[in-house]
Amino acid sequence: MGIISSSIARKVAMALSGLFLVFFLGQHLVINTTAVLSPDTFNSWSHFMGNNGLVQGLLQPILIFGVVFHFVMGFVLELKNRSSRAVKYASYKGATNASWASRNMIISGLVILSFLGLHFYDFWIPEMIHKYVESHPEDPTRYYTETVHKFENPVRVGLYVVSFGLLAMHLWHGFASSFQSVGFNNKYSVALTRFAKAYAILIPVGFIFIAIYLHLNQLPPSSH
Amino acid sequence: MKLTLKIWRQENNKAKGEIKTYPIDGIEGDMSFLEMLDVLNEQLINQGDNPVVFDHDCREGICGSCSLQINGEPHGPDRLVTTCQLHMRKFSDGDTIVIEPFRAKAFPVVKDLMIDRSAFDRIQHAGGYISVNTSGNTIDANAIPVNKEDADNSFAAATCIGCGACVAACKNASAMLFTSAKVSQYALLPQGQVEATQRVLSMVEQMDKEGFGNCTNTGACEVECPKGISLENIARMNREYLSASLKG
Repeated sequence: MGIISSSIARKVAMALSGLFLVFFLGQHLVINTTAVLSPDTFNSWSHFMGNNGLVQGLLQPILIFGVVFHFVMGFVLELKNRSSRAVKYASYKGATNASWASRNMIISGLVILSFLGLHFYDFWIPEMIHKYVESHPEDPTRYYTETVHKFENPVRVGLYVVSFGLLAMHLWHGFASSFQSVGFNNKYSVALTRFAKAYAILIPVGFIFIAIYLHLNQLPPSSH
Repeated sequence: MKLTLKIWRQENNKAKGEIKTYPIDGIEGDMSFLEMLDVLNEQLINQGDNPVVFDHDCREGICGSCSLQINGEPHGPDRLVTTCQLHMRKFSDGDTIVIEPFRAKAFPVVKDLMIDRSAFDRIQHAGGYISVNTSGNTIDANAIPVNKEDADNSFAAATCIGCGACVAACKNASAMLFTSAKVSQYALLPQGQVEATQRVLSMVEQMDKEGFGNCTNTGACEVECPKGISLENIARMNREYLSASLKG
């Protein structure tokens, strides 16, 4: 059957791609936090991330590959798992032996995927049009103003908050579980699980805080 | 105790099954769950109906034969017991109890509540053993020094009775806990090292061939296992598998 189709190899691949995305989330939050602390720093870091050759030419394609791989593999495994029990139970008490987050990774994952669509629509696509279609001259001071403006609409802020809530659920199970998948279960696992659970809460809460903060601290119309 | 039983009835592997309702009376709290089903079957036979078919053998929690999904949980609401060790005192007068076979594509229903768990046997046959020449010169196992912690963990893994509750509990019908227990009990001992690489590769390959689902670490298997087999075994099997794959 080979390692490519092996259930364990796929499980490890899901864990490693998940860990990569977990690391990315932390880095993304650090940059976003500067929007609250220092608009100049936010502009400077955003300009760097948007124009550095290494980030744009290498890290961004790796990130997109990581996201697509994690999603596609998750979907493939979900289909396989559903087919492994063709006849369903008339009575099934999943909540008695496993958490909601662990049993519904596909639901939280699909919400995150939908959020990514919105996030690309909000930021990535306009950025590509700005840079490569309309070919505006680069202005290193535009990022903060554009970002704050995006969070003017309360519906968008609400969608972001709900999505980050589901992201917390996804990370709550996924981050800690990825260590088990790669075979790491020993005396350090309790401490590592606590760290992973704390991370699963703090990262989404950080994103939620920034979205609400920017919504409540809109710039005067003249600066749009 | 008066109860209402909702039991899966299926004539054979090809037939379409359905839940049928049976009222039952005179059940004592000291009866085991299987004794309660014995009472039901006597009642059905006296009425000229077909008795409910279910697996059982030792009735003391060591053979792994009994395999019922009771009110949505493998082996019922109690922890660390098999169906035969579940007592009716866990239920109350007037309760409705839903009884189904363990569900998995790899565990086809034979009849009513009896399922075919030979997929587990085939996983065992793929490598769950140690090849020993028993010509008469075999070294006494007690002469081989084994770390106490490893011996204890190996023994704990070996207490798996292969009942299939892990598969039944898992939302993905994954057999990882069973397979990992069988891999671990040898991986932890010096006697198991010689065939360790081929063992884990073959057993995992057979597990995948049987059509079990993938483990997503929900932990339901560990909670429902009547022998308390630990998830550490799955992590160990993952390590063994990765290491064996790299060795080729």
